[in-house]
Amino acid sequence: MASTEIMTVNMGPQHPSTHGVLRLVVELDGEIIKKVTPHIGYLHRGVEKLSEHRTYHQTIPLTDRLDYLAPMSNNLGYVLAVEKLLGIEVPERAQTIRVIMAELTRLKSHLVWIACHALDIGAMTVFLYAFREREQVMDLYEMVSGARMTSNFFRVGGLSKDVPEGFTAAVKEIVDTFPDRFDTYEGLLTKNTIWLQRTIGNGVISAEDAIDYGITGPALRGSGVDWDLRRDNPYSGYDKYDFKVPVGENCDTFDRYKVRLVEMREAVKIIKQALDSLKPGPVLADEPQVCYPPKENVYNTIEGLIHHFKIASEGFPVPEGEVYQSVEAPKGELGYYLVSDGGTKPYRMRIRPPSFVNLQAIEKMAKGAMIADLVAVIGTLDIVLGEIDR
Amino acid sequence: MADMAENNRALIRLQEKFAPSILDIKEFRGEVTITVKKEDNVAVCKFLKEELRYNLLTDVTAVDYLGTDPRFMVVYNLYSIPNKDRIRIKAPVAESDCSIESVCSLWSTANWLERETYDLMGIVFNNHPDLRRILMTDDWVGHPLRKDYPLQGPDREPYKGRLS
Repeated sequence: MASTEIMTVNMGPQHPSTHGVLRLVVELDGEIIKKVTPHIGYLHRGVEKLSEHRTYHQTIPLTDRLDYLAPMSNNLGYVLAVEKLLGIEVPERAQTIRVIMAELTRLKSHLVWIACHALDIGAMTVFLYAFREREQVMDLYEMVSGARMTSNFFRVGGLSKDVPEGFTAAVKEIVDTFPDRFDTYEGLLTKNTIWLQRTIGNGVISAEDAIDYGITGPALRGSGVDWDLRRDNPYSGYDKYDFKVPVGENCDTFDRYKVRLVEMREAVKIIKQALDSLKPGPVLADEPQVCYPPKENVYNTIEGLIHHFKIASEGFPVPEGEVYQSVEAPKGELGYYLVSDGGTKPYRMRIRPPSFVNLQAIEKMAKGAMIADLVAVIGTLDIVLGEIDR
Repeated sequence: MADMAENNRALIRLQEKFAPSILDIKEFRGEVTITVKKEDNVAVCKFLKEELRYNLLTDVTAVDYLGTDPRFMVVYNLYSIPNKDRIRIKAPVAESDCSIESVCSLWSTANWLERETYDLMGIVFNNHPDLRRILMTDDWVGHPLRKDYPLQGPDREPYKGRLS
């Protein structure tokens, strides 16, 4: 009988397929994975601690840098949590624009996912196409917020400003052209033998185990759990839109791939409906205690200037209490647990990052697989280290 | 708001079964928060998971109320996928006996979440399968999210706010 020896291999933190600075210590029996131990924290910036020393508005730019592939989803979760604490209503136009931007963010994040996931397991062409499309979304980001990635566009009570002229046309362009582009990706992958062999039966996790491991988002839906926060606990007026929640059957990487592709198509549908229902109106709540005054007041009146200065420097007091608000971010349930002591800074802000919780399941999903399949499992979990390490 | 809390089915069942261990019930912005004695955290979570279908443990974290006794609050955010409903369980932990029973036996996801709470808040989870630091390095001293841990690190001048 051949004797085998367990070998311990270090993968990462500098490794192109670990999507950032993830380090995996892999115990191998030949090519077969016996155990995976993730080591994280290389990108820890102490966002939760920092937020305790900043006003509520000053924390918004920190949230951009959590899941840097989906900044506006992070912004959205955070401002919704603060608004819930304050108990303020957001004007309809602001809500609709938030939905449009959040869904564009989903597209942007899923485009990076499909690009890198395919590149990791040997299909390079998709990468180039998906990044071309992502650029279009980035241009829209730049158009509304001035930044391609760190958007900082939402404010407590609404938006930092209304969208510029040409926004509607640019979004329409995306709505009109993207479904064809998705057909291209499917044409490149869905019947591609190599793709099928690398993804079918890979990274299987049953629905029960997935819930036990706290997996959320497309990774959970790929295991057949029909649950989407946008539909089941709607926020920002998601209940007004008609969209399907795709669910997988076989709990493997291929099903998660199909789920995310349908999600992209559904996102385009939501954007289209939101765009059709977009009406003129204010984009910031009428809450002078909390919201910044209009810029023309700031520049032309002393009261407006003082008002702006007060909110920018001191912030605003928030009633004592605690809330948990979560959104369906592209990667899963992104939650913010905010505790206020009645002051102008959060007493405690806890971020519940989807990637952190999802990554934990890698120990189970990769066990018994080949070492080459490990990168497929990382890709299918769609992690981003900025959010894991915070 | 009080009516809502009283109508909450889960709450009624919990009150029936765990009346002596419930310390406080709060309703704020439509969210129910139940504070229980820390000795009963696993029993309460088990009951919620198995009898009331709160099958997803969304989050485990802690809050440091420096200057009060007990100092820490361990917070469990639970979600019920069948009922689309949330509930929050809190358990006070004193600084002198800074430990609480782990809920890893109920949910595997608690493993990393509790490790993070241990790492950043310094709360020990008893019977945790692998209680190591997770975000900070293994040789780190102190627990950064505690309120008495200076923002700029232990060896530097305390943060006094922005100078500009």
